[in-house]
Amino acid sequence: MQKPTFSAHGVTKVYHAGEIEVFALRGVDLELYEGEIAVLLGPSGSGKSTLLNIMGGLDRATAGEVHFRDQDLTTFSERQFTRFRRDHVGFVFQFYNLIPSLTAWENVALVTEISSNPMKPEEALEMVGLKDRITHFPAQLSGGEQQRVAIARAIAKRPEVMLCDEPTGALDSKTGVLVLEALSRINEEMKTTMAIITHNAGIRQIAHRVFTFKDGRIADVAVNDQRARPAEVSW
Amino acid sequence: MSVLDRKLLRDLLRMWAQVLAIALVMACGVATIIIAVGGYRSLEQTRTAFYDRYRFATVFSGLTRAPLQLRERMASIAGISGIELRIVEPVLLDMPGMAEPATAIAVSIPDRSEPAVNRLYLRIGRLPESGRPGEVAVTERFATAHRMAPGSTFDAVLNGRKRTLTVTGIALTPEYIYALGPGDMVPDPRRFGVFFMPRTVLAGIFDMDGAFNDVAMRTQRSADIKAIEDAVDRILRPYGGTGTHGRTDQVSHAFLDNELIQLRAMATVIPPVFLFVSAFLVNMILSRLIVLEREQIGLMKAVGYGSGAIGWHYAKLTLVIALIGIAVGAGAGNWLGRGLTTLYARFFSFPFLIFQQSLDLYAIAAAISALAALLGAARAIWSVVTLPPAVAMQPPAPARYRSFLTGDRRLLSAFSQLTIMAFRHLLRWPLRSLLTALGTSLAVALLVTALFSFDSIAFMVDTVFFRAERQDATLSFGVEQSPRALQSVAAIRGVLRAEAFRATAVVLRHGHRERRLVISSVPQKADLARVLDLDLAPIDPPPAGLMLSERVASLLDLRIGDLAEVEQLEKAHKMVRVPVTSIVQSYVGLAVYMRTEALDRLVGGGPRVSGVRVAVDPARLGDLYGAIKQTPAIASIALQGISRQRFRETIGENITIMTSVYTALAVIIAFGVVYNSARIQLSERARELAGLRVLGFTRSEVSSVLLIELATIVALAQPLGWTLGYLFSWSVVRGFESDLFRIPFVVNRSTFALASLVVLAVATLSALVVRRRIDRLDLVRVLKTRD
Repeated sequence: MQKPTFSAHGVTKVYHAGEIEVFALRGVDLELYEGEIAVLLGPSGSGKSTLLNIMGGLDRATAGEVHFRDQDLTTFSERQFTRFRRDHVGFVFQFYNLIPSLTAWENVALVTEISSNPMKPEEALEMVGLKDRITHFPAQLSGGEQQRVAIARAIAKRPEVMLCDEPTGALDSKTGVLVLEALSRINEEMKTTMAIITHNAGIRQIAHRVFTFKDGRIADVAVNDQRARPAEVSW
Repeated sequence: MSVLDRKLLRDLLRMWAQVLAIALVMACGVATIIIAVGGYRSLEQTRTAFYDRYRFATVFSGLTRAPLQLRERMASIAGISGIELRIVEPVLLDMPGMAEPATAIAVSIPDRSEPAVNRLYLRIGRLPESGRPGEVAVTERFATAHRMAPGSTFDAVLNGRKRTLTVTGIALTPEYIYALGPGDMVPDPRRFGVFFMPRTVLAGIFDMDGAFNDVAMRTQRSADIKAIEDAVDRILRPYGGTGTHGRTDQVSHAFLDNELIQLRAMATVIPPVFLFVSAFLVNMILSRLIVLEREQIGLMKAVGYGSGAIGWHYAKLTLVIALIGIAVGAGAGNWLGRGLTTLYARFFSFPFLIFQQSLDLYAIAAAISALAALLGAARAIWSVVTLPPAVAMQPPAPARYRSFLTGDRRLLSAFSQLTIMAFRHLLRWPLRSLLTALGTSLAVALLVTALFSFDSIAFMVDTVFFRAERQDATLSFGVEQSPRALQSVAAIRGVLRAEAFRATAVVLRHGHRERRLVISSVPQKADLARVLDLDLAPIDPPPAGLMLSERVASLLDLRIGDLAEVEQLEKAHKMVRVPVTSIVQSYVGLAVYMRTEALDRLVGGGPRVSGVRVAVDPARLGDLYGAIKQTPAIASIALQGISRQRFRETIGENITIMTSVYTALAVIIAFGVVYNSARIQLSERARELAGLRVLGFTRSEVSSVLLIELATIVALAQPLGWTLGYLFSWSVVRGFESDLFRIPFVVNRSTFALASLVVLAVATLSALVVRRRIDRLDLVRVLKTRD
C-alpha cells in the first residue's frame, strides 16, 4: 500500500486564552496521500485551520504525532520548521498575502530564489494563466488575479504539499472557478498533495476525499467517486 | 476619566518605548533652551549688574607718563561721567612654594576715597592704607590659588626692588573677571594675579609722584564713544599715549563677550534641531497610529463623536508626549545649567554667579516644544478630522509602488527580491525616507561639531607652540634695553638659546581704515619665535617691509605691495609709509612683524630690545627662575612651557565635558529617529514579514528586509551629516573670530569617522531591539486578518 505523505495521530491542540483552556483539536487522526486533494469542511472554530497550520509547520501540536513522510514534525525546532516550509510546503491564504511592493513576477521569484529545484517564475505564472500580467503590482491586479499569483508563488518551488486556507473565500464564483482550475491542474500535472479548507460545500466535488470537522474532531470522511471538473462547480 | 482618555492612556502605555524615545528628543530641545538661554541670561545679567554697581569703565587708555593736572582737561570732554587716572605696572612675584616666578599687575587706587570707576568688591578684609606701605589687596582667584587670607605675605619685585607685601583684603574687580596673564591662553590664577595699592604708595615705588600712566573712564549712556576716544588720544599724544579703546578691546570683557556669543549660537542652532526632529517623529508615529485606528475612528464618528472631539483626542496624545519631554527637559536643563554656572565660576570671577531660574524661561521652552509637537501632529490630526465615517470604515486604498531602474528585470536581477522590497518601500515614501535620513544626519552633524574642536585646537597648539612660538619663556623688560641685555640673558645657566625682540606700539593705517597694534621684531634666521606663512612654513623675514597676519591684512584691506602708514605711538608720533611684503599666519592677537634691523631703522635712535625669548634646558629651569627673580630689569615673564600645559589641560577638560554632552544629545537623536523609524516600518510590514516567514524565509532573511531599508537611510545620512557638521563647525569658527584670537578651521577625517561610528552603533542597537520583535511575529494571527 502507498505510504501517506502526511499522517496525524491523536493530534490535540489547546490554546490558553487567559485562564480558560480552549480545545481547538481533540485527538485528530488523518492521513493524506500523494496526489490527493482533501477538502476540509466544517463550521468556524471546528479546528480545520489549526490542523492545517500544524501540518504546515506554522504551529505546534499540544499532544499527538504529525509525520511528514518519515519526519516527526512534533520534534522540529524553529529552524527545522522554517526549512520544512521552505522546501516542502506551498501555502495559499484567503487574503492572498502578496508583497505589495513586488510585481507578480517578483512575488513568485521571491520563492524561487530560495528553492532548490524551482520552475521559472514565468512558467508558474503561465500555469495559472497570468503570463501577460507579470509586471503588474498587486494593487494593479483583481482579487482573483492576486490569488492566482499567490498560487503561482506556492507552486513555483514544486512543493510536495499545498495547504490552502479558504482560497476562494474572498472571490466571486466566476473568479473562484479560475482559481480552482489552477489548483486542479497543478494537482494533476505535478501530483501535489493538497489540503483545501473551505466553507463552500460546492468545492467538495473536486476532492478525492472530504473531511468534515466538528468541535475539534473529524466527524465524517467521505470518498468522492464521481469527481467534478472545476468548471462544473458553482456556488 | 472618559473612555476616550482611557484609550489614550492605554495607547501611551502600549507605545511606551516610542513615546519615551520622542519625549527624550524633545527633552533635549527643552534642556538646551534652558541651558543656553539661562546661561546667557545668568552671565549677561550678572556681568551687567557687576559692571553697573562697580562702575566698570567704558573707555581705556595707556601712556608713558603724564601729569595729574590733565585731569580737568580730560574730565571736560563731553560725555565723560567718571575718570580715574591710575598707575598700572607689571610686577614679578616670588611666591612661596613656587619655583617659577609669577606675574602680577599692580593697580593704584585712590588713597582715601573709592575709585570713581572700576570699583572693588571686597570679599574679606579691608583695603590697604596709604600710611602703611607694603599693604595690598589681591584678587580673589589669585588669593584662593595661594591660600591667602588677610595677614598673608609674599615677595614682589617692584621697580627692580624686592619687597615683602602684606595682604589686607581680597577683592574682585569688573576689570579682571577673566584674568589672563602674559603669554597665556587660559587663566592660570596661580601664576597671574592683580593687586591694588594706594596711589601714593605705588607712585613712591615707581617714581610716579604727581603722574599717571593709565586712564579708565566711564561715559554717559548717550555719549559718542568714538569722539571721546579721539579727544583723549589728542590730549595724551604728547605723553606717549599708546591709544584709547573701548570695551570691545578690553581682554576680560572680550572673552566674556565671546562666551555670550557662543551661548547665543547654541540657543539659536541646537534647540531648533531637536524641535524639528521631535516634530517629525510625532508626525511619523501619529500618522501610523491613525492608519491603524482608521476603522475605530470611523466607528467613533458613526456613533456620534464629533470630528473635533476625535481630533482633540489625538492632539492630547501629542501633548502628553510633549509634557513628558518638557518635564524631563526642564529637570535636565536645570541640572546642566547649574553645572555650566559652576564651570563658569572656574574661569570668571564674579562676586556672585547664579544660574538664572525664571519661570518665564521654562514657560517659553515648554510652549515652544509643545507647539513644535502639535505642528508635527497637525497634518495627521487634520486627516482624522476630515475623514468621512463611511470612508473610514473601508480599508484604505492599497499602497502604490513604483518600479525603479525602469523595472528592467535584467537590471533588477542584480538584487534579491528582499532587497527590491526594501528599496521599493523606501521609494514609496520618499519624503519620509529623506526626513528620516536628515534626522539621523543631524546626529552625525552634532557630533562632528562637538568633535572638530579637538582637531582645531590640537592644530592650533601645534602651530602656535611647536612651529611658531617655540621658546620656553619670554622675558619682557620694563623699559627698552640696549642689545647687550641679550648677552646677559644668554649667559644665564640653563639657557640654551636666546633671541631678542623689540615691540613697538603703532597705529597702522590704510585709507580710512586703521588699527592700533604692536609691531614685533624678528631676527634673521630666528629659531624660537618663527613667522609662518599661510601654509605654516617658517619664513625668513625680508630685509624691509611689514609682515601682516591674515587678520590684520583683511581688517585694513592690505595686500602684498600696498603701502601702509605707520604712526609710532611712543616716539613723537612719527609717520612713515612702509610696504607690505608678506601675509602670514597667526591665531592670537593682531600680529605684525618686521625684521629686527628694519624695525630699529623705523623707530630710530639705535637698536634696542624689549625682551628676550629663551629656550631652556628643562633640568636647569630652576637656575633661570632664580636669575629672573634677581634681575630688576625684567618686568614680566611669559612661560610658554607652562602655558602650553595649562592650556591643554583646561581646554582638554572643557572639550571632554562638551563632547560628552553632545555625544549624549546625538545618541538620543539617533536612537529616537532610527528606533521610531524601524518600529513604524515593522508596524506597516508585519504582515508582509510574517508572510515571508510562512514562505520559508528564516528570521535573519526576514529581518534583512527591514535592516536593508534602515541601513540605506543611515548610510545616506552619513555624507549629509558630514556636510551639515562641516557647515555647523565652520559657523562656530566664524563666530569665534575676533581680534583677540581665531581658531583654525580643521576637521580631520577621523572626526567624521568617529561621528559616523557613534551613530552607526546607535542605529545598530536600535535595529537589534526591533529585530527581536520580528523574531516574535505571530505568523498565524497575522495571516488570518485582512491587511
